[in-house]
Amino acid sequence: MTIQWSVKRWIAGVAVALFGGAVQAAWDFTMREPATKLARDILDLHNLMMTIIVVVFVVVFGLLSYSMYAHRKSRGHQAASFHESTGVEVAWTVVPFVVLVGMMIPATKTVLAMRDSSQPDITVKATGSQWKWGYDYLKGQGEGIHYLSVLATPREQIDGGAPKGEHYLLEVDRPLVVPVGRKIRVLTTATDVIHSWAIPELAIKQDAIPGFVRDTSFRAEREGVFRGQCTELCGKDHGFMPVVVEVVSAEKYDKWVEDQQKLIAAAAGEAGKTWALDELKARGAKVYTANCVPCHQATGRGIPGAFPALDGSKVVLGPTAGQIGTVLNGRPGTAMAAFGKQLGDTDIAAVITYTRNTWSNKTGEAVQPAEIKAARAK
Amino acid sequence: MEAAHAHESGTGHEHAHHRAGIMRWVTTTNHKDIGTMYLWFSFVMFMVGGVMALIVRAELFQPGLQYVQPEFFNQMITLHGLIMVFGAIMPAFVGFANWMIPLMIGAPDMAFARMNNWSFWLLPVAAILLIASMFVTGGAAGTGWTLYAPLSIQMGIGMDLTIFAVHILGMSSIMGSINIATTILNLRAPGMTLMKMPMFCWTWLITAFLLIATMPVLAGAVTMTLTDRHFGTSFFNAAGGGDPVLFQHIFWFFGHPEVYIIALPAFGVVSQVIPAYARKPLFGYASMVYATASIAIISFFVWAHHMYVVGMPVAGQIYFMYATVLIAVPTAVKVFNWVATMWRGALTFETPMLFCVGFLFLFTVGGFTGLILAMTAVDVQVQDTYYVVAHFHYVMVAGALFSAFGAVYFWIPKWTGHLYDERLGKLHFWLSFISFNVTFFPQHFLGLAGMPRRIPDYALQFADWNAVSSAGAFVFGFSQLLFLYVVLKTIRGGEKAEARPWDGAQGLEWTVPSPAPYHTFQEAPTLR
Repeated sequence: MTIQWSVKRWIAGVAVALFGGAVQAAWDFTMREPATKLARDILDLHNLMMTIIVVVFVVVFGLLSYSMYAHRKSRGHQAASFHESTGVEVAWTVVPFVVLVGMMIPATKTVLAMRDSSQPDITVKATGSQWKWGYDYLKGQGEGIHYLSVLATPREQIDGGAPKGEHYLLEVDRPLVVPVGRKIRVLTTATDVIHSWAIPELAIKQDAIPGFVRDTSFRAEREGVFRGQCTELCGKDHGFMPVVVEVVSAEKYDKWVEDQQKLIAAAAGEAGKTWALDELKARGAKVYTANCVPCHQATGRGIPGAFPALDGSKVVLGPTAGQIGTVLNGRPGTAMAAFGKQLGDTDIAAVITYTRNTWSNKTGEAVQPAEIKAARAK
Repeated sequence: MEAAHAHESGTGHEHAHHRAGIMRWVTTTNHKDIGTMYLWFSFVMFMVGGVMALIVRAELFQPGLQYVQPEFFNQMITLHGLIMVFGAIMPAFVGFANWMIPLMIGAPDMAFARMNNWSFWLLPVAAILLIASMFVTGGAAGTGWTLYAPLSIQMGIGMDLTIFAVHILGMSSIMGSINIATTILNLRAPGMTLMKMPMFCWTWLITAFLLIATMPVLAGAVTMTLTDRHFGTSFFNAAGGGDPVLFQHIFWFFGHPEVYIIALPAFGVVSQVIPAYARKPLFGYASMVYATASIAIISFFVWAHHMYVVGMPVAGQIYFMYATVLIAVPTAVKVFNWVATMWRGALTFETPMLFCVGFLFLFTVGGFTGLILAMTAVDVQVQDTYYVVAHFHYVMVAGALFSAFGAVYFWIPKWTGHLYDERLGKLHFWLSFISFNVTFFPQHFLGLAGMPRRIPDYALQFADWNAVSSAGAFVFGFSQLLFLYVVLKTIRGGEKAEARPWDGAQGLEWTVPSPAPYHTFQEAPTLR
């Protein structure tokens, strides 16, 4: 598509001249650099279609522009009176039809290639929740690893209190890690509302629908960090739940899996022990920041009318069993998610302890992981 | 379609016996009064929806959160969409239909004059509900105008007000379209066969059937949302045996024909205006009628192209791709016919013609990006991005809105008896045309680069085009005040308009004096 590209370069040149300087990478005109065969096929298909469209547009509107110049009354042009021609009508019905049929052949091939998610090397489940992604490695190397992936951009950058970083809003604490060159099948689902898991470089966009599982797949051709975003409006922080995939070499992936398995073993060990109040509070503060702040706010005061305050809340200051139930199972019909599916016993115990002993809440109670485990068993 | 001036200054013109003051407007059953009210209502809503759009664009001028919080941003995009679609564009075309269809077909009024009053006066009620929803606990619905479940289930009481507003808007539309269809089918002057009536009447007749068929579907979808919210049903809740995607199927079964409900009357306006300034009859009248009907029929079979990424079977994706692309054929026929109408005419470019030629260029751009979006594989990259936003604003704004502006300039001499200020009208066109493109063309680039729609804040690589787009949006928004000024100036005075102010204009509406008397065609005109 060299013609297409040179046209784009030319348009880019004109635009840069028009808008005076500031030549940055940011004046993007087309899709991002593909990292899979499918993404490349789609870009080629797009460019082919755009070329056909531009040609048709130039021909039709070239004729119209000529007419607007030559057939003006002010030039003394007299109106003709023709207003019907069956032959012409048939011709300009049949010709577009034939052109469109021609366009559908490559378009159909690409759709068929896109939907082939058979025989994956690794299967991962991506679960959308307001407003984060959970990843579970279901099959293949890394099976059993699961964690949450949350926006890592600090609040101050969003509010303008700090300069914005290079990957502003497109960075997470823990990306999905996969090996290069292997076929990864991604199952998508959600716990609350519809989200969509999308990465432009991988040509993936798959809605994550609560109560249903959908699938898609990719095979990355190069290593790198690929950044996308949730693309289905999912409430307040829809703009703040990025999707980040880190594609690494096979060796690096082996090492990563090993590290993750060690972490899981360590977590299993700490669930059994009894924690001190301060230890739980410190850990709970981190869990609170990652999971609760978007709604209940760092101040614990919530957003009046939309999200309830925890500071002084009857649930938080009431019996522990009530609060454990709310956190584990959520509140159906509201934005309060069932965190039992997302967080481990220790994290839930920690965050409950934190809310019961922060702001003006001073119960002095430490909720232990064992209590969460017992509540789950009920 | 020339009429003998059967009653040039016939009976009853001078006896415009209506009540004085506000009660004239509350109780009127006159199609001209009601048309005027529809148009003013539409303009007020256009301003309200426009202010919301500017709040959105102000927030998006640069990265970071500056002016509004995300939840309010979501409310703004939702209300902007609902108000522009249901409050501004649709009532504008119903207003043109009320004013012009009886004049075009030689009828004394609409078929159901009292129902006409009622279908208008429902609109302010719905508008008040929508606007009031901003001020209740939790604010307005923040779901986007598509009101997708289960996000809609999470919303506060603002969602319920939105649901009732949609019900009322639907009732208004259904009554309005029954009225228009009945008028066109029954009240045509003797001798005006269906295939002789003006194209605007044809496009509205077909639109009326689209409305009657689809508005109940939307009402059903929002009612199911209401019962899911309050009465324990689980239509859209998987835990109770429902399916969130069901809502999308029902919504888009309404939503896609809705696109043509907006576009077809716009096609009708363009088909009236272009021949007038080309001084040449519309090319391919019959094929235009068939193309319009084909578009309307196919529009019922393409709805899931809005849902390629929900996870439908591959056969479904391919079917919807083919069906969608098929719509390009009758649409292309229409564009070719308009070009052929202008070809070898004696063209002049007064403001209505400028808006309609602008429509031709820009609507075609929107049609072409629609073709790109129709291709399932490409759509995966641009679904729910700014590419879609750019696409439908080319269709809705440069398509429907530009043709509505064209219609106002074209018919305002008939309504007011005065010619508008041509210089200011042209200025309005050029300001709108240029700023529209500055606003929306860069959004194609943003979408291709992957910027999702409906986000209040964005990554840094999207910053430059967003700044350009926001700058354009403010120019576009404030240019519309010039339109208001031109209209008010024309109402208050200006050069006296003749019965036929445009020498190329054809049709019965140009046989009555300007301004059109309160009662026209009390005796049916005779077609020559």
